[in-house]
Amino acid sequence: MAKPQPYPNALVVGAAFVSGFCIMTIEMLGARIMAPYFGGSLSVWGSILTVFMLALACGYLIGGRLSARRPSLVSYATFFLGAAITSLPIILLADEIMRPIFLAIEDPRYGSLLASMFLYFIPTTILGMISPYSVRLLVQHSDHSGQKAGLLFFVSTLGSAAGTLGTSFYFVLWFEVNEIVFGTAAVLALIGMMLAAVGISEKRYAD
Amino acid sequence: MRTKVLLLLSALLLSLPLTAETLHEERSLYRDITVTQEGTRRCLVFNVHRGDRNQTCMNTADPERLVFEYAKMTFAGLLLKPEPQRILIAGLGGGSLPLTLTALYPDATIDVIEIDQAVVNVAKDYFGFAETDKVKVSVNDARVFVKRAGLLEQRYDFVILDAFTGDYIPEHLLTEEFLEEVRAIMAPEAVLVANTFSTSRFYDHESETYQQVFGEFFNFKLPSSGNRIIIARDTPLPARGELMVAARELSARVQRFGVPLLEYPNRLSTRIDWDRSRRVLTDQYSPSNLLRDN
Repeated sequence: MAKPQPYPNALVVGAAFVSGFCIMTIEMLGARIMAPYFGGSLSVWGSILTVFMLALACGYLIGGRLSARRPSLVSYATFFLGAAITSLPIILLADEIMRPIFLAIEDPRYGSLLASMFLYFIPTTILGMISPYSVRLLVQHSDHSGQKAGLLFFVSTLGSAAGTLGTSFYFVLWFEVNEIVFGTAAVLALIGMMLAAVGISEKRYAD
Repeated sequence: MRTKVLLLLSALLLSLPLTAETLHEERSLYRDITVTQEGTRRCLVFNVHRGDRNQTCMNTADPERLVFEYAKMTFAGLLLKPEPQRILIAGLGGGSLPLTLTALYPDATIDVIEIDQAVVNVAKDYFGFAETDKVKVSVNDARVFVKRAGLLEQRYDFVILDAFTGDYIPEHLLTEEFLEEVRAIMAPEAVLVANTFSTSRFYDHESETYQQVFGEFFNFKLPSSGNRIIIARDTPLPARGELMVAARELSARVQRFGVPLLEYPNRLSTRIDWDRSRRVLTDQYSPSNLLRDN
């Protein structure tokens, strides 16, 4: 018999929505952040999408692996906190990262690819780890694992759609680029702290 | 029923320009490019299906004569810099600006930046544009070109910004930071001429941004054109008398291109006709294309 789940599913589902939202918010701003150094050509978008896909691929693999070892809400929370912290260089070090790359590499294709790696790879990898780990937290027995995975993909992709639309239609009109990235990091950190709090209190309760 | 359909169809047909012939169609990385010919008027159109304006037109019976008002208006910049030697043009289009400038100033070097190789090919194949040892095209993003030119300490004395992608200007070519980079590659007394829009909320933001970087600038609008030309330089602007003197000296030379230069000095205005409370566009805040719809 399945052990009753100590925390509400809605928490994990909501967190997955936010992670999907944040991935696309940062991705949409990626081109804007790099345009001053590498321009607005199609290849700059190509670099950003390539790096995001690679990072997500790695994140899925790592997140899946980690979920096999004693999955807990507290470890899950550290992904959100980690993503929040590692996305800060996008605000604080963007020029310091892009300037030397611009100076060293004349072709904006490879320049933008390398700059995308430095700016976006780590936070996106961590955000990618969230999806498989969320599935593991939701799944209680193998019968419904596909169903839970489907729900999770549905929610996080819906979050991505909302993040894309919100950023490109409205946020850029209301805020500065750095304010949006900072807001994203703040939301991730907040979710992380919330998950950690619930995780720790549940653990105490179980003990 | 059938007659109704027929009526509708014929109405549709009549609304199309019957004599416009499509010479060339091409889908590039950035846009759909169409070359049309109607009588002696040959035009380059971007994204024709979206109903965009003609990007550039040429009179094939008299190729030297400029067709569009905004192209002619660009030459008002010469009133501040009558003999440019190092010219930079962002945005090739059909190549009418470099062709005219090269005819006027055969000794001047002209660097053209165009992001789309297909536009370069079409300009060469259909609009008589050619690269020479004086006229060079760089297939690149203008922002990247200008930043690198700054690092290499290149200087230009006449800079034209004419980078439209269909019906808008790329956002990273409208910011304070970009204009600062342009200013850095301008020689002392160099002139910047920017072809842009004369309407929408965006006008206020753009004007504020130019004001921020260059201080007072000339705003050049004509009732016959939906464009406005911004003419700016680092040093204080000349008095109208000086512009008139320059116009008299130059007007005979530009007459064959159809530029009514003598009419221009009185049209250059420094009057602030925008809302000064609007925010300056920066790399951090540049929702230019969203602002255009408002």
